[in-house]
Formats: sequence, structure tokens, C-alpha cells
Amino acid sequence: MRHVYGWLLLTPAALLLVGFTHFPAAATLFDSLFSTGTVVRPSRFVALGNYAALADDPIFWQVLGNNLWFALGTIPTSMAIAMLMAIWVNDRLPARALVRMAYFTPTVLPMIAVANLWLFFYTPQIGLLDQLNAWLLGAPSHNWLGDPATVLACTMVMVVWKEAGFFMIFYLAALQSLPPELEEAAKMEGSSRWYFFRRVTFPLLMPTTLFVLVNATINSFKLVDHLFILTKGGPDNASSLLLYYIYQVAFSFFDTAYASTLTVILLLLLAGLALVQFQLVERRVHYR
Amino acid sequence: MSEIDLQAVSKHYGAVRAVDRISLRAAEGKFLVLLGPSGCGKSTVLRLIAGLEDVTRGRILIGGRDVTRLDPDKRRISMVFQSYALFPHLTVAENIVFGLKVRRTPAAERGERLARVAELVGLTEQLARKPAQLSGGQRQRVALARAIVAENRICLMDEPLSNLDAQLRHGMRVEIRALQQRLGMTVVYVTHDQVEAMSMADRVILMREGRIEQEGTPEELYARPASTFAARFIGTPSMNLVALEDGAGGAVIRGAPASTVLPGGGAGRILGLRPEHIRLVGAGGVPGVVSNAEYHGADTILTVQVGAESLLARAPGRVELGEGAAVRLGWEPGDMHLFDAASGARIDLRQDALQPA
Repeated sequence: MRHVYGWLLLTPAALLLVGFTHFPAAATLFDSLFSTGTVVRPSRFVALGNYAALADDPIFWQVLGNNLWFALGTIPTSMAIAMLMAIWVNDRLPARALVRMAYFTPTVLPMIAVANLWLFFYTPQIGLLDQLNAWLLGAPSHNWLGDPATVLACTMVMVVWKEAGFFMIFYLAALQSLPPELEEAAKMEGSSRWYFFRRVTFPLLMPTTLFVLVNATINSFKLVDHLFILTKGGPDNASSLLLYYIYQVAFSFFDTAYASTLTVILLLLLAGLALVQFQLVERRVHYR
Repeated sequence: MSEIDLQAVSKHYGAVRAVDRISLRAAEGKFLVLLGPSGCGKSTVLRLIAGLEDVTRGRILIGGRDVTRLDPDKRRISMVFQSYALFPHLTVAENIVFGLKVRRTPAAERGERLARVAELVGLTEQLARKPAQLSGGQRQRVALARAIVAENRICLMDEPLSNLDAQLRHGMRVEIRALQQRLGMTVVYVTHDQVEAMSMADRVILMREGRIEQEGTPEELYARPASTFAARFIGTPSMNLVALEDGAGGAVIRGAPASTVLPGGGAGRILGLRPEHIRLVGAGGVPGVVSNAEYHGADTILTVQVGAESLLARAPGRVELGEGAAVRLGWEPGDMHLFDAASGARIDLRQDALQPA
């Protein structure tokens, strides 16, 4: 009787989880092994045919490359900035709450709003960037988002701006849990602020760093909202990311089987990354 | 070289005077204890000496050198924190030599000093461990080792034993005192535990609300408390403080007309008597009624009602006296302390004016 009671309590959550998480995941894997059906040609089993097509798809490789650069460009930068900001606002400084809030504001804005904001910065001629360029350097107008050479960097700067404040909160929480006597003890020994940071603060922040790193990595594959506003992945897929490509394949080209294949790849990639990170960093992390 | 001299030092936090014009001197190679209840400013005084807080007013001299505005590390002082402040991610050895590394001491000398200090505090076996793998007493030793490895002549200790259990505390008291004597360090030691103060100190400074209440050797504080506050703070159980009133033959305990204890008036005065100085006597003395008897093994603490006041008396061994038993209490005239009821200040008794109670 008690078993029945327990299962009844679990059922609502379990139903939602299975219905919206586990079943779609399994269905995606299943779909990736079939061709996309049309009225004329019904769906049929193609085994790893979709994966073979994927290996030959130049756009897939370009988008994957974009995503790796995007991750490499945004993660370390936003984490370093986050740590710096956290250390700064952890100090006793005037208007500390105001500064903290200012740093956190980009995080609470929706990505769509942020993208619209930055669209104004990047717009040729009338945008902030071009205006400043013309005024300070006398440089000619540049189509920042229209140039394949600059477009990815432009989206990266914006994402760093948005993400750093979010990660700062975690670092700030970690810093506040460090007992102040540690710094005082180091001060008595004459250690400089930098030495104390290197030998004590940074190692003690490692668990937070790991947590933030995993989250930042997942985010760098998940964040695509800005592409809808800024570039639609263009020009010539120069700013497209894996998830945005999946969206295009599924809902613009209606190739659901191929979209499933791409999704499976994305999931494998993320799972692999998380595993590697935990294995690597665990050895260097001090857990109290 | 390692004498500490505070000259009218104050520390204000806004309108709060945490430390109010304190002057004190810690003689070279001596063990000075700052004693007081929590919030009396004793830890603040220690942090001012260390340089972790800025002095609002006054001067601090160490070895004759004015260090009032000097950074903590320029004062050549070591400190042991209440929470030990060990770096949790570093091993015991790394914790101990942290300061030597900061000061770029050569590795060979570092190893030598580490070995010597570890031997001194008995940590040789634990050098490779992390603080989390140590017991409370061992962590305390690491903090001590870190303080003495710097070979500074002055060591400040902020309630270093308050996180240990009672048994360990006794052992560490003895060890810290022995270490201080052996190394000839000047120690300023903050505690709220009068037992630590009495057993370790060369000199005790009793603090109250940011000021010095009394200063002296442990013996002086015990034998001649300067105020009711000092009288209450030193000794366990603490001194009996009973109100006196005018009686027929002199001062009597409040509500007990037959208990003439002193010649002259009693109103506005308080009599102080340590429980260990009160004896049960067969005849004479002050009559009272036992209201409670607490057996401690070596002695029994009797609560005796005398008039409107109740007194604690420490009787050796087991005393077979139940509630309601009538007793007579006696004491040596020299063991009486007299205080002014309004100010709490000590009133000195002229020895020849005393009569046996």
C-alpha cells in the first residue's frame, strides 16, 4: 500500500519528465536513423545514412567551427571578467550595491532586448561604434554585422557583456563564503594582494570556476536568440551556430530527420565536454 | 626590543567607542592577558596592535618605535586567530611556511625552520595533511607553528583555545605557556575565560566597555579586586557580593540584624566574600539556613540564606547538610572586601578597624 502511495506521488513529475524530456530524446535518436518522409516518398530506415550526409555537409563543419570559436572566445573572457568584477565589488567601496546591480543588469535583460540594443551599436553609419570610430579615428563606415570577418567577433563581444554579470554572482557568493581571517592572516605575513589571490583566493574559487565553466560551455551552445535579431546566421553562415543551424534545418527546410541527426551530435558533444571538464578539473579542485 | 606600549589609544566606530583611551604596557618576554566579557573591546585592542584596524586616536609603540600608522607586516608581529585562519587547500607544511615564502626565505632555510617548529609543536607526522584531516587541537598547533616560525619576538593570540574542548584546553594552556617561556616571546593573549588568565598570565588587564577596569598580576586581581565587576569576574564560583545595612552594633547583612560583620555604618556598602574563604563554624559567626548543597567531588558548594541575601560557601569534601539546615558561617577578617554600592569601587579597610565576625 505504501508503495502505491509513493508511486502516486512520483507520477506527475515522472510523466512530465518522460513526456517532455526522455521520450523526445529517444525519439530524436530514433528519427535520426530514418529519412525525412514526404507525400511522394515515405520515411524509410537509412541506418547511419544521415550521419554520412552530415560528414559531407560543408555548412555543418562551418557552423561547428563557428561554435568552437564562439565558445573559445566567450567562455574564458567572460569568466575572467566575472572574477575580476566579483573581487572588485566584494571590496568595501562606495555605492557597492549600485555597482553590483549595474554589473548584473545585462543578465536580467532578455537576449532579444540585448540583441536589439547592440544592433544599434553595430549599425553602419548611425550606430554607436561607427559614430565613435568616425569621431575619434576619422575611420570610414564599416558594416560590422555584414562583414564575415567581423560578424562572429561582434556577437561574441555582446555575449561576453551579457554573461559576465551572471557568472559574477557565483564568484561573489563564493568570495563571501571565504572567511576574512584568511586575508588578515596573509596580511600579517606581508603577502601582497596579488600573491594572496594567486596562492589562496584563486585555488579556493576552483569549485566555483568548474561550475561556471560547465555552465558557460553549455550556454555557448544554447545561446542563439541573438542570431534571430542580429544576423539570421549570415552573412554566408559566418555567424551561424550549431543550434541555429538545427533550427533552420528543422523549421525552414523541414528536414526533420537531418535536424534530429544534428541534435544527436550536439548532445554527444555537450555530454563529452562535461565529462572531460569534470575529470580534468576535479584533480585540481579543492573541495572543502 | 619587543615591548609594546599603548598610549591613550582609542578606536571609534561612528559614535561607538569600542576602545576608549587605553594605555597599557606589555613588558618584553612577558605574558599579558587581556581579559573581559564579550564586547568589552579586548579583541579590538589586539587588532589595533596587529595593525588590522586603524587607530582613531593615540599612539602604539613597539620596542620604542612608533608603529601607529605602519602596515601589519612591518610591525614584526605574529598572530594566532580564534578560528586559526588556516588555508584549507594547503598542507600543514605549506600553511606553516606561508609567511616565509611570502618573504622569499631560501628553500633550505625554510625546510630547516619548518622541521624545527614542527618538532616543537609536535606536528612532524602531520606535515603532509590538509587542515580538514586534523583534529581541533592539531589545527591549533598548526596556527601556533605558523606564528612562531616567523621568529618574531611578539605574538598576539585572539582566544586561541575557545574552539577546543575542556580537556584539550588545559593541555594547550600548559603548552602555550611553556612555549612562550622557552622562546622568550612577548605574548598578548585575549580571552574571556578567567581560568586562562589566572593560570597563564604574568599580568592581567581586565577590560570593561572599552576601558581598563583593573590591571595587575593574577594574584593582585584575586586578592584585591578594584571593583564589584572585577570581583565578580575572577574566581569560580564568583565572589559573594551582599548588600549591607546599618545595624545595632555596626554594619549587618541586609535582612539579618544579628549578623554584625563590620563596625560602623553599612548602608550603601557591599560586602565581598569569596566562597572558598567561608567556613562552617560551630559557634559564633553569622547564622544562616542552607537552601542548596551541590556536591562537586572534592568539595561541596553550599547556598546559604543569610537574611535577605544568599551566599555561596565552598566546603571541602562531602557535607551532609540538607535543605533547611541551620549553619553558622565564619571567615577571616582579612578575607573581607568592601565596595561602594553606588560606584562599585573598592573601599579599603584599615586592618586595625576589623573585628572578627
